[in-house]
Amino acid sequence: MAEPMLKVRGLEAWYGESHVLHGVSLDIHEGEVVTLLGRNGAGKTSTLRAIMGLTGRRAGSIVFEGKETIGLRPDLIARSGIAYCPEERGIFASLDVTENLLLPPAVRSGGLSVDEIYTLFPNLKERARSPGTKLSGGEQQMLAIGRILRTGAKLLLLDEPSEGLAPVIVQQIGRTIRELKSRGFTVLLVEQNFRFAQTVADRHYVMEHGEVKATVTNAELATSMDRLNEYLGV
Amino acid sequence: MDEIFGIPAPLLFGQLLLGLINGAFYALLSLGLAVIFGMLNVINFTHGAQFMLGAFVAWAMLNFLGLGYWWALLLAPIVVGLFGVLLERTMISQLYKLDHLYGLLLTFGVGLIVEGLVRNEFGSSGLPYRIPTELTGAWDLGFMFMPVYRGWVVIVALVACIATWLVIEKTKIGSYLRAATENPALVQAFGINVPRMMTLTYGAGVALAAFAGVLAAPIYSVNPQMGSNLIIIVFAVVVIGGMGSILGSVVTGFGLGIIEGLTKVFYPEASATVIFVVMAIVLLLRPAGLFGRA
Repeated sequence: MAEPMLKVRGLEAWYGESHVLHGVSLDIHEGEVVTLLGRNGAGKTSTLRAIMGLTGRRAGSIVFEGKETIGLRPDLIARSGIAYCPEERGIFASLDVTENLLLPPAVRSGGLSVDEIYTLFPNLKERARSPGTKLSGGEQQMLAIGRILRTGAKLLLLDEPSEGLAPVIVQQIGRTIRELKSRGFTVLLVEQNFRFAQTVADRHYVMEHGEVKATVTNAELATSMDRLNEYLGV
Repeated sequence: MDEIFGIPAPLLFGQLLLGLINGAFYALLSLGLAVIFGMLNVINFTHGAQFMLGAFVAWAMLNFLGLGYWWALLLAPIVVGLFGVLLERTMISQLYKLDHLYGLLLTFGVGLIVEGLVRNEFGSSGLPYRIPTELTGAWDLGFMFMPVYRGWVVIVALVACIATWLVIEKTKIGSYLRAATENPALVQAFGINVPRMMTLTYGAGVALAAFAGVLAAPIYSVNPQMGSNLIIIVFAVVVIGGMGSILGSVVTGFGLGIIEGLTKVFYPEASATVIFVVMAIVLLLRPAGLFGRA
């Protein structure tokens, strides 16, 4: 098998004094959609943030396309070709929809054009001049995903895109993720909604207490439920 | 029209004009403070000293280098702005991880040091700076004579305020600035060098203060206290307008200048305190300021 696009080894991270990741290791191959599953506080969001350099101190190794990024500032990590969509969506209230969409600078060629993004998310076009935070939750999520597709980054880190959305919107987000996969994007997805994860992902990492406890392919997921319930159970 | 409300018209218009001039400086200075606070979350107490430095650099350029007003208007903001960049890089940026209070204390201390150094070197009596010959004289407006230089200051200050507003609201760089004011970490995670933006924003805010200082040099005497006298009122303007609001600082700056001018006509005893009275009332009724987001 080829070298993974993103290779994380022994990743540790801290917020101030609190040690949130205890040696996370992941491999994400080009073109894959991979989810991080786990309960609240398992370290899923922290893993994404640590990959972007947004936690406090970090240790271990994060190799993206053959280059070590553990010592880089967040802006340089983004420039190396990783795009991040945060859990709280991060839509800017003082920017209108178009400004929000155009905010992230292109880091490589080959990103989607604004027209292609509007084709993917027709609602956004109608709301182009509205302030970003006047959108509905679903529209905000589409804007948050849409704006990172322009940049040319090929690895997308999406933090709980289904959270708090109506089922029909969740289905649309799911279609979008499958569409992105077919266009060659690689996606690392944080999810609590495991049924949703099942419809989009190739593989799942299961996390608990800041560590990866198991890895399963999507096909094995149904048969491993008993084992995984220990980590995912409500 | 010799009298309006029983007040001689020349006195009324004279004070209105004076209010407008003061308002122009309040607006320029509070605008810079608002931009810096929005981006850096630091209340820049060195602002008055940087305003004063602008006037002194203009004076020094004329007396040591023979460079006149127009050169000073261009170069003094750059020189003082670079001083701001150096200050942000070497000192202020070290404090972002701490409580905001530390940035305030640092800039307050640096302001005192700068003022003290200038006083040691030039004394506190004030140095003269001539109005450039192109801007001497007065316009006859029919109801009053308007000194050309004062009209120029009001117009230039308005243009500078509108230009700053346009840059922030209508350009790409402005959208980065607005976004980074809301959520700097995310903007940086999009690939924008936020630490450098903070440095440049501070430099630009300081340059704006120095620009105001050059404009002020021919009106007020160039002295080490000229900034600290003004800056207390400017902080009141910022509080009234709403911390970090661009439009708020401009409108409030001009508005309070005019209110202050009118108070001098109708009830001179209150003219030194009227702004603080307004501040107290606004704080009671709208704690976030007139234009601030609560």
